[in-house]
Amino acid sequence: MEGRNSTRKLIEIAKTIRSKNAGVDKITFDIIFRDRADYDLVRDSRALTRETVAALYGIDGDRISDFVEFDPAFAIKFTLYRVRPSGSPGDPDIFGAQQYAPLMDVEIPLSGKTIVQTIAARDTDPCR
Amino acid sequence: MESTRIICPNGHLGFAPLKPDSFHLGVAAKPDFIAADSGSDDVGPGPLGTDTSTSLRQWQEHDLEEMLLAARKLGVPMIIGSAGDTGSNSRVDLFVGMIKDLAKKHGLTRFKLGYFYSEVEPEYLRAKMRGGSPILGLDGRPPLTEEELDATSHIVAMAGVHPFMDLLDRGADVIIGGRSSDSAIFAAAALHRGHGMSESYYLGKVLECASFCAEPYGGKETVMGEVNGSGEVLVTAMSPAQRCTVASVAGHAMYERSNPYHEYVAGGMLDMTHCDYQQVSEKTTRVTGANFMPADEMRVKLEGAGKLGERFVGIAGIRDPYTVRHVDLVIEWARTQVRERFGEDGYELYYNVFGKNGVMGDLEPVKQTQSHELCVVVQAVAPTAEMAEEICMTGTRQMFYARLPDVKGTAGSVSFILDEVLRASPAYHWTLNHTVAVAHGLELFPRHMTQAGG
Repeated sequence: MEGRNSTRKLIEIAKTIRSKNAGVDKITFDIIFRDRADYDLVRDSRALTRETVAALYGIDGDRISDFVEFDPAFAIKFTLYRVRPSGSPGDPDIFGAQQYAPLMDVEIPLSGKTIVQTIAARDTDPCR
Repeated sequence: MESTRIICPNGHLGFAPLKPDSFHLGVAAKPDFIAADSGSDDVGPGPLGTDTSTSLRQWQEHDLEEMLLAARKLGVPMIIGSAGDTGSNSRVDLFVGMIKDLAKKHGLTRFKLGYFYSEVEPEYLRAKMRGGSPILGLDGRPPLTEEELDATSHIVAMAGVHPFMDLLDRGADVIIGGRSSDSAIFAAAALHRGHGMSESYYLGKVLECASFCAEPYGGKETVMGEVNGSGEVLVTAMSPAQRCTVASVAGHAMYERSNPYHEYVAGGMLDMTHCDYQQVSEKTTRVTGANFMPADEMRVKLEGAGKLGERFVGIAGIRDPYTVRHVDLVIEWARTQVRERFGEDGYELYYNVFGKNGVMGDLEPVKQTQSHELCVVVQAVAPTAEMAEEICMTGTRQMFYARLPDVKGTAGSVSFILDEVLRASPAYHWTLNHTVAVAHGLELFPRHMTQAGG
């Protein structure tokens, strides 16, 4: 197991990956996980941080207004400033609803220890 | 203290119709209030700028009719905020007229119809600015300038609980609100019944988008919220297919917000940092621990839209792989032709290249298109329709004549599905996303009471 599956794509782990306007000047991104184990796996991997998402979207870090790890909902959330307000002419996504796709392919590194923990958590979770 | 229960059938009344089955289940549970928000700034600055609705009149009427008949049958107040998408004065009048017409249509017994306006005159803000009370920007915007104010067509202020509570205190059976914070519509009802601020505002926060706080995902279904008098908020899905779970309720706190812990309204901030979520039955989640913190200074949020000009749209397709690779040169050629005719400024010209980065623009990480064909949407904005049409026509048709050094096809560089450009809605932009200091929560929201029904 170790070595072969050293990473997994975020789309294989997350329950929900979405983007949406947060007011007229920002777009907010939510990555929501099914359970604590998946959430901890991704959060602890540090594959999603203010710096990595800024690099992914090719923007300066100061365009990210908020980066939040939201434990009650097993969610990682960040928000970026638009260059111009929503619905200005030329804005291709008035609702900001189709900006999340690049997140899907983010590779989440799995340490051997993490894999074992994750599988153990799954085996005892009746919801899975 | 007695508990208070509110049902919400729609997170944006009018944008799509409510689902009647779960609404009727909610009504059968005999709630104390029936309430919904009808507004959104998601629809862009156009509706506020042109003072129109983006929702269809028949869908607005459909939901108002369902809610009015249920509320009058139960004898409980019905509350609508942000009438007609924008909450401008004309949208409040539109909904007030609809309520009166529906009352007549159904022969309803006479009832009290309260409403308030939210529009703000530019001169009011100018006086504030000149009087040393700056109009502060939100989300990184600088304070408002008089130049930006002059370029604004319509302004609405975002009401808190205050005008709703005033109308409830005066015995309104139905309330049609101008622009309002979503959560204030519901919070006002709970506060009116004597509940605490923290649970009342949290109730509003969780109910505002109806079934978006339930799972599985499904909009326009009814949700019931309850404050039980001991600081607890209970939220229950009414649709047989949905449940309110810890994950769905907690998840909703972050929907459309940059920060899931803080919700700002006129008069304070709801802090959800220490919320505790517990599943108490199959369809119900209980929330405790929210904390409303009153603000030292009452500031009200303002939304404003300003006109940029008339707008035309053109569409072109590209299939030649060489041209696909060099689409930037094709666009630059067309831009150059526009510049030669119209100069450098006094208009706006946009190209969205679908198949390359049409959806994400500069945020698109895929820099080299993988597509075998492209669709280019051209938008031109100018002071007059004639000028916008000519710029759009030049900017679209000149792509056909683009001169690429090694292109094989020399009879035309793009395809057209129409040999014309299309008149689109005028272009607007959000000029105000600011706040203004007020003396009290009623200052910007004149209230009126009338009657409807026989």
